[in-house]
Amino acid sequence: MIAAPADDEPLIRWDWLARNADDIGGMLADHVYLSVVPVVIGLVIALPVGLACARWRWIYPPVLAVTSLLYALPAIALFVVLIAFTGLSHTTVMIPLALYTLSVLVPGVVDGLRAVPDHVRQAAVAMGFGPLRRLVQVELPIAVPVVMAGLRVATVSNISLVSVGALIGIGGLGELFTDGFNRDFPTPIIAGVVLTILLAVAADGLLILVQRLLTPWSRQ
Amino acid sequence: MITFEGVSKRFPDGTVALDDVSLECATGEITVFVGTSGGGKTTALRTVNRMVEPTSGRVLIDGADVRDRPPAELRRGIGYVIQQAGLFPHRTIADNIATVPYLLGEGKKRARARARELMERVGLDPALAGRYPAQLSGGQQQRVGVARALAADPPIMLMDEPFSAVDPVVRGELQAEFLRLQAELHKTIVFVTHDIDEAIKMGDRIAVFRTGGKLVQFDTPKNLLAAPADDFVADFIGYDRGIRRLSFVPAAELELDDRAVLPENASVAEARATGADWVLLTDSGRRPLGWVAVSGLATDRSLQHMPRAPLGHTFNVRADSARAALDAAVLSPSGLAVGVDDDGVVVGVASPLDLTNAIGRESAR
Repeated sequence: MIAAPADDEPLIRWDWLARNADDIGGMLADHVYLSVVPVVIGLVIALPVGLACARWRWIYPPVLAVTSLLYALPAIALFVVLIAFTGLSHTTVMIPLALYTLSVLVPGVVDGLRAVPDHVRQAAVAMGFGPLRRLVQVELPIAVPVVMAGLRVATVSNISLVSVGALIGIGGLGELFTDGFNRDFPTPIIAGVVLTILLAVAADGLLILVQRLLTPWSRQ
Repeated sequence: MITFEGVSKRFPDGTVALDDVSLECATGEITVFVGTSGGGKTTALRTVNRMVEPTSGRVLIDGADVRDRPPAELRRGIGYVIQQAGLFPHRTIADNIATVPYLLGEGKKRARARARELMERVGLDPALAGRYPAQLSGGQQQRVGVARALAADPPIMLMDEPFSAVDPVVRGELQAEFLRLQAELHKTIVFVTHDIDEAIKMGDRIAVFRTGGKLVQFDTPKNLLAAPADDFVADFIGYDRGIRRLSFVPAAELELDDRAVLPENASVAEARATGADWVLLTDSGRRPLGWVAVSGLATDRSLQHMPRAPLGHTFNVRADSARAALDAAVLSPSGLAVGVDDDGVVVGVASPLDLTNAIGRESAR
């Protein structure tokens, strides 16, 4: 239970924010790093796994079961287990986030590839595309909108989850929450919440922009 | 020429899709594969570009077994059009059309210039070149599909129900335009359809397949209508095949009667003298004006002032078939069809009985 701040304590102390701007900027950069790198790693792993699942359909149900199970694991439990192996490092926070990304993106890649209409695939075969060329030039580009939808979910949820890492001392903006709670001081908490939301909105907007550039054809 | 030599296809689940099919698709002609669903017509088409490998038998192109060439290379030399066009949604119209030239390593600039040229050829505005398929109507997409199949100028084209997904009006336009195009290009075409009307319209020769992948009859449209090989083919062609056969009797073969054709200033007496129930009035240039019923004429004045029934439509004795003539007769108030030449001048009229006689003569040959 958080004690109510003293009556004369304002909700936000702007002078505190100004004095600590450099530290907060550092935490923000850390937060971006901690949330974006796992998304990239997750995507790099999810692509071949998703392709394999689309190619050999029988492996998809077991793979889906494993990724769903990973998604259900509480982040804090994973951190505690991983500390034994990777210590109090960035890696400890990024591994669970990469796993969450993976569990969102593998179904995304599979659904994206399944969304390629059969007549389009047939036409590609009939015009003389080999399997690899068909995948790279026809199937993957058509799967992009569905994969991008997964990427947006993974990115935003990572940005929110990074803060949990503050419980083991590595949490980007999350450290503002622990600091605020420990000192019964609302300013860093509010700053942390506002910056996390702004970061999530900015990242999502950026991904929407990237998708528009990648798939001009999907706008009618 | 495409040759099927005892081609059979049995799928792993035991279904027989093709059962010992042998036929030849002549160079420069449209060979239509028609039949009920499950008749193996699409399977047969796909053996040509190795999308289906026969269980036994061979498919030859100009005497060479298709299996002697790697599939991808073989396919780049064979145009392919499918039902929903199969366009790539992520590529512009120009790039869709240029697909095979790109695969063959042609430069973007040249391939796109050729794509625009092809767009005009298939009746598309080249201004659409930068659009994406989803921005086009079904009929336009199908035209793009045809242009794409033509892009590398392949001698052979495989068309799998290419016009089935569009509405009947657009389908009719696409069929007519494609026939015009084919008259210039002389491709060797295999055309699959389940629609016997389309088969008769498009085909130089028609192969009828029945369930189980059996080829039941392989003949010209005219012979197919005149002499179906068995009850299956007769049923498939439909009850109105007699009327359809009229399409193959040129109107020029009809014997036209011009006794009941009179100038509009002729007298009632002259009309009675023809012995006909109706007379056709013409202007000074002998162009048709309308019909007058002789039995209703009481006074003996000029026919010019008598009540006239409208002309209905006429048929061209040089260009039309007996089917157009029959249509004109059925819709005419007098029950007679008016035949005109290219200048619209009346050659004579024909009754449905005259038309029937013409078919009789045709069958007797």
